[in-house]
Amino acid sequence: MTNNFSFEINSLLVALPEIFLLSSIVIVLIIDLFLTSKFRQATYYLTQLSLMVTGILSFNLIGHPETVIFSNSFILDNMASVFKVFITGSSMVAMVYTRHYLLQHSLYRGEYFVLVMLAVLGMMVMVSGYSMLTLYMGLEILSLSLYTLIAIARNRSIAVEAALKYFVLGAIASGLLLYGISMVYGISGSINISDISAFAHDPSINSRDTLILNFGLVFLVIGIAFKLGAVPFHMWVPDVYEGAPTSVTMFLSTVPKIAALAMLVRILVDGLGSMHDYWSDLFLALSLLSISVGSVVALMQTNIKRMLAYSTISHVGFIMLGFVTGVVSGYGAAIFYVLVYVLMSLAAFGVIIILNNKGYEADQISDYKGLSKNSPWFALVMLIVMLSMAGVPPFIGFYSKFSILQEVVSAGFITVAIIAVVFAVISAYYYLKIIKFMYFDESDKDETISAPMDIKLILSINGSLILVVGLFPDRLMNISMSLL
Amino acid sequence: MTLDNVYLTIALSPLLGAIIAGFFGGMLGRKVTHTITIFGVLVSTVFSMYVFNIHVLEGGDIFNNNIYTWMQVGGLNLSVGFLVDNLTSVMLVVVSFVSLMVHIYTIGYMDKDEGYTKFFSYISLFTFAMFMLVMSNNFMQLFFGWEAVGLVSYLLIGFWHHKESAVEANLKAFLVNRVGDFGFLLGISLILMYFGSLDYIEVFSNLGAVEGVTILDGSLVITVICILLFVGAMGKSAQVPLHVWLPGSMEGPTPISALIHAATMVTAGIFMVSRMSPMFELSDVALTVVMVIGAITALFMGLLGIVQNDIKRVVAYSTLSQLGYMTVALGVSAYSVAIFHLMTHAFFKALLFLAAGSVIVAMHHEQDIRNMGGLYKKMPITYITSLVGTLALIGFPGFAGFYSKDMIIEAVHFSSLPYSDLVYYAVVAGVFITAFYSLRMFFIVFHGKSRVDSHTAGHIKESATSITFPLIALAIPSVIIGYITIEPMLFTGWLDNSITVSSRHSSMAELSYIFDSAASMIPHALLTVPFWMMVLGIATAWLFSLHKTEWADAIKNRFHRTYYVLDSLYGFDRFNEIVFVNGVKKLGLLLWKVSDMVIIDKIVVNGSAKFVGFIGSIIRPIQTGYVYHYAFFMIFSLLIILTWTLFSGNNPQLNVEF
Repeated sequence: MTNNFSFEINSLLVALPEIFLLSSIVIVLIIDLFLTSKFRQATYYLTQLSLMVTGILSFNLIGHPETVIFSNSFILDNMASVFKVFITGSSMVAMVYTRHYLLQHSLYRGEYFVLVMLAVLGMMVMVSGYSMLTLYMGLEILSLSLYTLIAIARNRSIAVEAALKYFVLGAIASGLLLYGISMVYGISGSINISDISAFAHDPSINSRDTLILNFGLVFLVIGIAFKLGAVPFHMWVPDVYEGAPTSVTMFLSTVPKIAALAMLVRILVDGLGSMHDYWSDLFLALSLLSISVGSVVALMQTNIKRMLAYSTISHVGFIMLGFVTGVVSGYGAAIFYVLVYVLMSLAAFGVIIILNNKGYEADQISDYKGLSKNSPWFALVMLIVMLSMAGVPPFIGFYSKFSILQEVVSAGFITVAIIAVVFAVISAYYYLKIIKFMYFDESDKDETISAPMDIKLILSINGSLILVVGLFPDRLMNISMSLL
Repeated sequence: MTLDNVYLTIALSPLLGAIIAGFFGGMLGRKVTHTITIFGVLVSTVFSMYVFNIHVLEGGDIFNNNIYTWMQVGGLNLSVGFLVDNLTSVMLVVVSFVSLMVHIYTIGYMDKDEGYTKFFSYISLFTFAMFMLVMSNNFMQLFFGWEAVGLVSYLLIGFWHHKESAVEANLKAFLVNRVGDFGFLLGISLILMYFGSLDYIEVFSNLGAVEGVTILDGSLVITVICILLFVGAMGKSAQVPLHVWLPGSMEGPTPISALIHAATMVTAGIFMVSRMSPMFELSDVALTVVMVIGAITALFMGLLGIVQNDIKRVVAYSTLSQLGYMTVALGVSAYSVAIFHLMTHAFFKALLFLAAGSVIVAMHHEQDIRNMGGLYKKMPITYITSLVGTLALIGFPGFAGFYSKDMIIEAVHFSSLPYSDLVYYAVVAGVFITAFYSLRMFFIVFHGKSRVDSHTAGHIKESATSITFPLIALAIPSVIIGYITIEPMLFTGWLDNSITVSSRHSSMAELSYIFDSAASMIPHALLTVPFWMMVLGIATAWLFSLHKTEWADAIKNRFHRTYYVLDSLYGFDRFNEIVFVNGVKKLGLLLWKVSDMVIIDKIVVNGSAKFVGFIGSIIRPIQTGYVYHYAFFMIFSLLIILTWTLFSGNNPQLNVEF
């Protein structure tokens, strides 16, 4: 390593989006201190502006030749840049949905925005992390921000409880992850992904080393599986989804999945790709468990946020199935799935958050009765989202499931594909149940639901994208496939 | 204009008319709508004649080209394409001309109907589908055309959907045709399987490849294919026992009875078999089946015409019988004669239907001939054109039907297929029967005492010009078309480039040996059996329906068993009702009780819902909400995974010492 710890100004440009975002965080934090509550709106707009500039900076780096800087611990490649664009973009959408909710629930505080930006920064670091420590650091920045965000509704005991649970269990997961990193480091002598990869690829590696590497691998996978919310490390998901303020649930259920996927790619594909035979069985078990538990338990839920939590678990199962295949197109399908999932989830929570705008949480499934009569447009968006999540063509959710299953079948796991399809059918039931409530049941309350213009606009775009991208999926598919 | 554009125009201009009439008919009004659709068909007719001129009269080359590639599956190329040769040209002229006449006729006939523009849209759509069918150069397009004409036919049979009988007839037509289509599709599948292509020319040029190849228990592949294709033809061309839908189709408005259920669609089966002549020629078994089925239809369906009292149903049974004649001609390898009869029949049968329609309009939609009589004075044009049509139908010397029917009978006479002598007697007897029922109806409707009720009687008058014009326009070819075209069509090679006749089947060769000229056939007819059968038929009809009407009742009572058999249409409908309808109903009930209620509802649907719910209720308590439970669960899972990793087959390092 000749360029050890040599900082060049050029290499700073490679990390420009992160650097810019970090500076913005500091500036917004300071500005917010001096704002009177009358001008607090400024914080929101500054946050959106910072995220937008960060996204544009990332966008400009697409196509930049693959560069590794900061002594092999930070990578810039197309996957990193594209993911960063998606992360900032979907965070911005989430923020639009959030603003009004925060006002209604008196959570509108400067910290909220700063914490979101910090979480975004953490995710960006995860996406670009090229050593175990960078990745871990990104993960911790993200997690700590999320814990705090959940607890921001500090006078709602259920929120505080959720934050605490998430914090404790997250700490355990982080511990497991660190333990796994230490094992890998102990056996390979490095924390750099490229070094680990070289070590694992070395054909002369002896079986003792392989076993230890294998154990380290188990810990790493479990650490990430916890973040993704895969069964059996999913226990926190429903409680946190339900307990957190809806705006935070929306945020934590969507954007971080992209970052977690990137981390999976970095560690398992880039780093330990040669160990695929060892981790694919583990992934297969985790994904089948997630798909089945997620689909079945969701049926029993009466709270829509809990239901979506289990639905997420089942989606995570599908995403992980893409990794089982062990081929680039399989990983591509997983990336496609995660991007589609974020798109759908944002719209779903968008509708939920609009319904919650009245100052209390309307999060029972029965609250959706007769929605089509009171607010036909929101009901239609929800209908699209639910059909898409259930995997009905021509909505985008169909193609994401389809491409995963296609990869799984062509990799020879036909039984697995059949099981996945069966559970997908079961899961269709609870999506359809919501549609039934919205369209065929009478509302027991008679109130029209209103939302500010910006939310309506973004929600409409978001909903129609699910249909439009579903009609022309090849563009997004090509992007996803080209990232690896 | 290049030729493929001409063909495209022929096919697409009725489609355009149909689209405009269908979507904008309400907006444009009746007059504009019928002008547009009629103009569309007129364009097709003019171009069809142009095509006929190029191909048939000037001897142009066969046109075979793919216009549009629909899809490619593996090595299979499915295209939309045209094969236009002399056979196609003849069909184009017949279809477009009859369609044009029916379009014009519709103006008067449907005048007071609410669905006026819809009706025009349908018949134009039908014309388009029929063109695509006859111009197709591959089996796939043939099948699509086949289904499309069928679809429009169902739509039109049920056009008056407030009439329950129309809806039933519509359903019956649909179901019976499914049976035929099933055979047809199987035949096409076999062709694809053995030839790897659906293109006519490719298949025909590879026929040698399946020579002697057998399938199932030793039947020749080619025989199986031909019989399956013929099953399709039986459905569409209403051959026994798949004929039951055609009489029912008379529930539709009369113009479509003329266009679809007499002149064009029902002859699609005849056209198809002629088109496939290279294949049918290879299988004597298939040809024999075709011939026998045709003869049964020709004879027994004609008999039913005698006891019918609905004016349209008499014509319908005569159509069945004539289709039987065409099928017989196919069976004895006289394909060109079949097409010849198809053409003459299209003109005179359309004429008869339209004339019947004219009577029905005048009678205020009364269709029972027992309530008519003596109409000739009040409806002179309808009367004369009906007479022309009837004479053409029964084969009166000089009229169109005379030439074509005579040729069929002679061709059967020369055939060497097994049972051909029996078939010969059947078709000769058919002549007597045809003459009998046709003239019976003619006499009862137009002559004798008027039995019209006094209220209607005052209103009867000749129909409007839009109705009488097509009658006259169709009456002309009904007289002369046979005389003009018999020689070129049958003997001097109009259809030679479309039809293959094996040298083993000598009917056509022997026919040309005895054929002298069209004119000389007329005096010669006086010496033939069929002619005297016809005269006998006319005389009998006159005797029973005009001279001694009471004899008819006497005979009816004397032979009441025979009458019962005929009146109940040989029991085909009863049989279908008892065996298929009730049988399927019972089977359905059984399946519903067993499979639906027990297996699906109780076990699969409710069972799986309960099962899933049960699993869910087991898993849910794990979600206690206590953080230490969760943490324990995580660590426990970790331990299981580690154990599994340690002991799984992927780890041969188990024996490593630490």
